[in-house]
Amino acid sequence: MSEIIRLTNVGKNYGAFQVLQGINLSVSKGEKIVICGPSGSGKSTLIRCINHLSPHDVGTIHVNNVELDGNTKNVGTIRCEVGMVFQGFNLFPHLSVLENCVLAPMKVRGKSRAEAEETAIRLLGRVHIANQAHKMPSQLSGGQQQRVAIARALCMEPEVMLFDEPTSALDPEMVGEVLDVMVELAGGGMTMLCVTHEMGFARKVADRIIFMDAGQVVEVAPPDEFFDAPKSDRARNFLSQLLH
Amino acid sequence: MTFDFSAFWGALTSEAFFRGACITVILSVLSHGVGILISIPVAVTINRGGGFLPKTLKGLVGVLRGAPTLLQLLFVWNALPQFFPIFREPWFTPFLAAWIALSLNEAAYQVEINRAALKAVDPGQEDAGKALGLSRFQIFRYVTLPQAMRVAIPPTANEFITLLKITSLASVISLQELMSAASRAVSTTFQFSEYYAAALVYYLIMVYTLVFLQGKLERKYSWDRSRVEAAGDAGAVQKAMALMRRA
Repeated sequence: MSEIIRLTNVGKNYGAFQVLQGINLSVSKGEKIVICGPSGSGKSTLIRCINHLSPHDVGTIHVNNVELDGNTKNVGTIRCEVGMVFQGFNLFPHLSVLENCVLAPMKVRGKSRAEAEETAIRLLGRVHIANQAHKMPSQLSGGQQQRVAIARALCMEPEVMLFDEPTSALDPEMVGEVLDVMVELAGGGMTMLCVTHEMGFARKVADRIIFMDAGQVVEVAPPDEFFDAPKSDRARNFLSQLLH
Repeated sequence: MTFDFSAFWGALTSEAFFRGACITVILSVLSHGVGILISIPVAVTINRGGGFLPKTLKGLVGVLRGAPTLLQLLFVWNALPQFFPIFREPWFTPFLAAWIALSLNEAAYQVEINRAALKAVDPGQEDAGKALGLSRFQIFRYVTLPQAMRVAIPPTANEFITLLKITSLASVISLQELMSAASRAVSTTFQFSEYYAAALVYYLIMVYTLVFLQGKLERKYSWDRSRVEAAGDAGAVQKAMALMRRA
């Protein structure tokens, strides 16, 4: 399988504090990766580096063989290929669901309105929400909003999707509907990097689990191996706390 | 003490009052318009934080907010021609001087309104725009600005009402706006209440027109509950009419 993302010795500091250090990671096309670890371990920062929302300080990041080096053109190219879903949805509240979905394809990809709307309706259908296309985001439930956010990212037809704790801000009964959509997306062959605490999802979908602590990758393993026989003490500790 | 209604009506319909009111409105609209145009880039720059330009602009805003408006008007009208001979030409009228002074003064206040409004937009909105590949300008134009405008409308309307009344200060540089028209009429007839009442009517008409426009703008830029509820209200009216038809 061909490589789509490569991180070499990536590091990032906030002042004297090292958020990330010495991260090496290679992601193949179609691979599903779940990143987990205690809070403050740098999971979100890591995936925010991949689309330059949090620029890295050290090392190199390549996406589709384009280097993310702060060059505005490269950053723009990569952001078009990498979709992102946030913990807080971040839908544009002043635009309808449909307008949320067509804004970037029209302004960035230069699609016509008709073309962008057709794609948007199709993808809203894929997240089972096409009938809400003309509503405002504030009229939807949290789970519905997050599904719209997934559709909005998909409308740019990205090759990679980043998920930053997509279910952490949801009421428990809405977690399932969002995870179902993510499982369907994984089934369709999308390359996915997910920061999540949903271990059931991780077991079912992930090809590899990356366990992080204190800004470093501590363990990388297939889910069965990671959950049943974690190698590091820190991972064992983390997993035992999840079971409480 | 009697109130001479014919004098009041005469003042209300006189050409001098009408022209004065027109000058007041035109000066306010032009000054606020230029003020808003200047204030948006300045607010964005200052909000970006440190560096030479933001600090300089912040200092300038401080001076313009600190100096009395009257002083600024007098400075532009009297002192500017001393520094720059170009302002001694006949085209430099009291109206132009007032327009320059009030635009700068208004820009300074509007910068603070805009800064607050821009900061009220959730930073996650910018993240979402960036993640979708929108450029910095596109994020500002399509994501941040419309959301900040909703926050800025009420204080901006407030600012305009204040400005409308501050234009009366321009009478000191011999601009024939509404208040100086009233004062001139009073000084020859001593019918204070009649002429002041006529001026008051003009000011109130201007302010209430603005309040009406503000309401329209606020409805246009509301996108959450209020619009849903407004739609619900229309439904209630229709239901009531349907009931009446049946009865």
